[in-house]
Amino acid sequence: MSYATSLYLTGAEVGLSLTGLVLLLVAAWGGTKSARLVTILSVAALIGAAIFSVGLFDRAGSEVAGRAFGDLYRADAFGSFAKILIYLATSAVLVVTPRFYTHSGSYRAEYPVLMVFNAVGMGMMVSATDLMTLYIGLEMSSLSSYVLASFLKQDDRSSEAGLKYFVLGALASGIILYGISLVYGFTGSTNYEGIRAAFATSFPTGALFGVVFVLAGLAFKVSAVPFHMWTPDVYEGAPTPVTAFFASAPKVAAMGMLLRMAMDPFAGEVDAWRQIVIFAALASIVVGALGAIGQQNLKRLLAYSSINNVGFILIGLAAATPAGIAGALTYLAIYVAMVVGSFTALLMLRDPAGNNLETFADISGLSTRRPALAWSLLALMFSLAGIPPLFGFWGKFVVFQAAVQADLVALAAIGIAASVIGAFYYLKFIKVMFFDEPLREVEASSPVSHWAVLAICVAVISPLGYLLTIPLGDWTAQAAASFVAAM
Amino acid sequence: MIGIEHYIVVSAILFVLGVLGIFLNRKNIIVILMAIELILLSVNINLVAFSSFLGDMVGQVFAMFVLTVAAGEAAVGLAILVIYFRGRGTIAVDDVDRLKG
Repeated sequence: MSYATSLYLTGAEVGLSLTGLVLLLVAAWGGTKSARLVTILSVAALIGAAIFSVGLFDRAGSEVAGRAFGDLYRADAFGSFAKILIYLATSAVLVVTPRFYTHSGSYRAEYPVLMVFNAVGMGMMVSATDLMTLYIGLEMSSLSSYVLASFLKQDDRSSEAGLKYFVLGALASGIILYGISLVYGFTGSTNYEGIRAAFATSFPTGALFGVVFVLAGLAFKVSAVPFHMWTPDVYEGAPTPVTAFFASAPKVAAMGMLLRMAMDPFAGEVDAWRQIVIFAALASIVVGALGAIGQQNLKRLLAYSSINNVGFILIGLAAATPAGIAGALTYLAIYVAMVVGSFTALLMLRDPAGNNLETFADISGLSTRRPALAWSLLALMFSLAGIPPLFGFWGKFVVFQAAVQADLVALAAIGIAASVIGAFYYLKFIKVMFFDEPLREVEASSPVSHWAVLAICVAVISPLGYLLTIPLGDWTAQAAASFVAAM
Repeated sequence: MIGIEHYIVVSAILFVLGVLGIFLNRKNIIVILMAIELILLSVNINLVAFSSFLGDMVGQVFAMFVLTVAAGEAAVGLAILVIYFRGRGTIAVDDVDRLKG
């Protein structure tokens, strides 16, 4: 395998890193004036990286099967699928970002650069097939996320969110790392294939500890219960566009990393980790559904909603079959559309003075003031609740189907019951928007860029989304097959 | 004779101290940053000890990466702490309570 092949396979990350470095210079040179230019170029680079990843989607037949740099990194269908989602979500969030900061005048050219570096890290996370690459990707993404969370320097809540996210995120990284050191010590390898081969011959207690530590740290990164406590605070305190980003792309990256870890190096130890995943899945669904009841802040409510959704994705992982992995990926794809749409709608809610609105009181009677926005939110909330005509239902359907096929009927039954509890607070949106009296003035119009992102997301989750079921099924099945080939 | 077990035990003790330092500490956030460093250093001890025990260089290379990232992490953490202090005028753990519910 030549160096050129490796560079080609890692092309999306290499391209984004170089773009990020050049844009950093532009930002340093041009100052705040260049913010708009840097944002546009960053979005272009991210979309370019997504298109490049499409080209790498099917590498299974090639001689190196997408392996780059001595199998430190693999550009297979799974990695490409997750990366396309990550890059598209990041660029969509970046499109709706700058307007949020115009009111306080705190938008800076470094912001899109941080997003680009974050995307590089996330791409490495989902493609890493060596613990070392995984760690570097994870930290690259986390470190820029800490900075983004505290980006509104003059706002106490933003800096507090950054601080909390930093402390707990660094602890999670430390736990993952300690697990990695144990796995390395007991298998003698940091490579996924090497680890799987070593586990096939023996699985000592020390290695079990390592696996549990790694899974606990990863549960933290995907904000699964019992490691979810940072999520509501960070989501509420961080600036809204940053929250939109945290809820979409890094979720995909962390979940992709978890799926690959569970199904590649730890694939032989399904019995060791399945109990943990089942517990985390059920606890996330229940805590996410119950915690959201009574929340007044919409960002905090969506944080609990994301904990709840992670639970459903983990059901797909608990099945530990190709159908389960494909189901989890399908769910992730639909989830990204729902969450980006919801937060875009939230970003469009401003009072006439330009302050962002983010509580239930602010959206009461929205249907009379902004009917199109209210109906979009209605569709997004019904979709998050998994109500059938909308596409959100399909995501839940495929993971439950996979769980039932894997003989986890009880898990699926409890999951379905808990999703009914979740419907309660999604319906509260409808009640407040359509039946309550308007309390606040809201801005009468929103820019075209916001409408465009919202329209795309709503189109995906609308019943039109069912046109995607067959291609989405094919792509996710092919992505899940990346692991079966390795098994 | 000092064997691999001794290194693992020392590293486990340091790791537990680091985790406890984050959770039991009620004083200030600088202590939390130090506890995080302690966790990363315990990992490094593990990696280097295993590397020498297995006769495999990968662990030592990994330790180098961990050191580098730890430096970056400390820089980002301190920067966020400075922003936080400017806004609130305190770095006591008990005062970090603006967000809850």
